[in-house]
Amino acid sequence: MHDKQQCYEAVEQLYLYLDGELTYERRVLIALHLVDCPPCGDAFDFESELRIVIAQRCRERVPEGLRARVYLALRNLEQPPPQPE
Amino acid sequence: MEHMGSLYTAALRMTRNPSDAEDLVQETYLKAYRGFGGFQEGTNLKAWLYRILTNTFINSYRSKKRRPEETELDDLENLYMYRRLAGSEGASAGRSAEDEVLSHITESEVKEAIEALPEQFRMAVLLGDVEGFSYKEIAEILDIPIGTVMSRLHRGRKALQKRLYEFGRQRGLVPEGSPHA
Repeated sequence: MHDKQQCYEAVEQLYLYLDGELTYERRVLIALHLVDCPPCGDAFDFESELRIVIAQRCRERVPEGLRARVYLALRNLEQPPPQPE
Repeated sequence: MEHMGSLYTAALRMTRNPSDAEDLVQETYLKAYRGFGGFQEGTNLKAWLYRILTNTFINSYRSKKRRPEETELDDLENLYMYRRLAGSEGASAGRSAEDEVLSHITESEVKEAIEALPEQFRMAVLLGDVEGFSYKEIAEILDIPIGTVMSRLHRGRKALQKRLYEFGRQRGLVPEGSPHA
């Protein structure tokens, strides 16, 4: 069984966990707690789903013409305009 | 130019204006090209491009007034949305409010919520949650300490969740009688 202290610690380290910024040991301890404690498991699932939703639903297409425009600007860098005589 | 889609996405969220975003992307590529000598083999090309992008944005496009850095974390509550949604019924029969919100948040709501964030938080959230950079990479891109990265991400995420939760309420995805509403 888990106790409240474990829940508190897990939620406190929620972002570090989801961001992959915890030590291996801490990560395993939290992962075990999430299996053991469905309310924390659900909360973590929600957070990681939400993050996927956010990342997927704010993508932009590169506007028509931008690629060509940048390509052209880069080429102009390579070839300086001819100097007047 | 394989990173152009991500760079344009970030540029548009930062400038909030398509024509500025295009200029910003072009300027980034030109600077990257000219400064390629400064690029060190083995470092992350994408992170390097983002560093040029954010520096160019900070120097040329953003409004002049700066907000004071906020670092106090104690009052921050994790799980802002989840705490308010968990246990509620969704608007459709048999679905939880959490599922309802996750499947019905629209692209324009997500974009609007990100663009409404204060600039420092917006950049951190874009780099961390949209582009998936590590704390260390974000620290290098924005040239700030890792503790500041964490604090900005934390605050940005909470503000973002607050906004998205409000959208959910306005659209009736979350029932009015739900706890804390």
